[in-house]
Amino acid sequence: MEQLTFETMIAVFEEIFGRVLFWAMVAAAVVVTVAYLYVLIRDRSMSMRKFLLAQLSMPFGAVAAVVFVMAMTHSSLSDMGGAIDVIVLLGIAAMGAAGSAILVYTAQSLFRGPKEP
Amino acid sequence: MKDLETLQTSRRAFLGLAAGGLATVAAVRPAEAVKVQTKARIVIIGAGAAGTALVNRLVGRLDGADITILDPSAVHLYQPGLSLVAAGLKPAAYTRSETAEWLPKGITLITEGAAAVDPLAKTVATTGGQSLPYDFLIVAPGLVLDHDAIEGFSLDLVGSNGIGALYAGPQYAAKTWEAAQKFTEEGGVGLFTRPATEMKCAGAPLKHTFLIEDIATRTAGPGKHEIHYASNNNSLFGVPIVSEKVRMLFESRGITPQYSHVLKAVDPGQKRATFATPDGDTEMDYDYLHVIPPQRAPEFVRQSGLSWADKWTDQGWVEVDQKTLRHLRYPEIFALGDVAGVPKGKTAASVKWQVPVVEDHLVAAIDGREGTAIYDGYTSCPLITRVGRAMLIEFDYHNNLTPSFPGVIAPLEELWISWLMKEVALKATYNAMLRGKA
Repeated sequence: MEQLTFETMIAVFEEIFGRVLFWAMVAAAVVVTVAYLYVLIRDRSMSMRKFLLAQLSMPFGAVAAVVFVMAMTHSSLSDMGGAIDVIVLLGIAAMGAAGSAILVYTAQSLFRGPKEP
Repeated sequence: MKDLETLQTSRRAFLGLAAGGLATVAAVRPAEAVKVQTKARIVIIGAGAAGTALVNRLVGRLDGADITILDPSAVHLYQPGLSLVAAGLKPAAYTRSETAEWLPKGITLITEGAAAVDPLAKTVATTGGQSLPYDFLIVAPGLVLDHDAIEGFSLDLVGSNGIGALYAGPQYAAKTWEAAQKFTEEGGVGLFTRPATEMKCAGAPLKHTFLIEDIATRTAGPGKHEIHYASNNNSLFGVPIVSEKVRMLFESRGITPQYSHVLKAVDPGQKRATFATPDGDTEMDYDYLHVIPPQRAPEFVRQSGLSWADKWTDQGWVEVDQKTLRHLRYPEIFALGDVAGVPKGKTAASVKWQVPVVEDHLVAAIDGREGTAIYDGYTSCPLITRVGRAMLIEFDYHNNLTPSFPGVIAPLEELWISWLMKEVALKATYNAMLRGKA
């Protein structure tokens, strides 16, 4: 890699997913994030009860993310060859976990309202 | 501490965060360079990886230049993908796109090849009979696969008779997989070759060997295949430390190296290959044979007097300074990519590093200055060793390893992340390069 700028990264991701799908995914991520921030600001606090359910979804999100990447790249867990591979794998799992937690928390807040269930 | 306990949030905190993020994005945007005003006539021969990447960068650097690009092929090939097609991992269409879709507006595309260059009169004759005068010329037509040099071989044999030839293009890479797949399922003797000339991506013959061995062992089980890799000299790769690593991998995978065995003739009826060796010709029977023919500069390059006179005389690569890629006798001519007469660098990754160097010297010359950028032979090869693993090998003219991510991605280790780069990120990076953005 010679010039790894922000613009290059955007170009690379556009090429991986296609321009439409990439920006659709960015838009989806932004919508979920904004909705998450919206419910946080609206409720003025984190609901630990909602957060509990969100936490329970995290392992499923982690496994789903890893399975998705493995399937998309003709890989399997036996291909892990070094420390960096394990770090990347954990990173993918962590992103899946965090993503599903935010999604579940936001969905609960939006559909069940600010009050504790 | 009340704030922390209740995890309160506010509009103000949110807006502050958003503003901070936007400020960061704005701060890391690179500055736009001022365009150089010129009326220079620039002719680029070849709209492959090198020609396309360069023309996209030049339109961002020059204002008013008259740029013409020549390429007879309507199809642009993503050649790094051919190894994946020949192992059944991607369809042939994965490597194909339209030449014209990558080119910027405001330039002229002529869908003809170059027939001759007159470096004294500074004109290019096209195969359609046009004569194009130039002030600067970029020679980037790629190379020619000399299939006729192998006696008994022709491209219509590929796919049947246990013969593969993945370099010949997407349809032949797909046919190569047909022949290779049969071998992986049925077992037998596999012969994997490489030519004695300079070649594009010297890692590809090894990748094909490793991939087919891996798939064969997974498909039919161990012990049913006998695999030989015929090397053109006493090493397995041009960079000694990499060659040693490949030797160790071959040993652990049961692949037998046959040193100094250059494929000379094929008898498809008998399924027998003849190799030239230092001790005379030797014959080997095969169930699967992978052919990579000798590679040379296109005929017009050699006929136009652009080639080295004392190096690679049977191959005819363009005589350029290896650091600037500028012609040693005609300073207004540059060569890029496969056709350049430099010791390494016949890969797309090399092109990515060569293009900004030629861009720098070309724009500087137009602007009446001297360029400063230097190409030091950077070549990269995600050397696939299994489906799911590769070694990210990067090196320069001096046979030094030049890892992009030292301490993170070890060059001589078989890693999943290196495979991910080849499978997922490489085509994306390549396409970004074509658009002049990487």
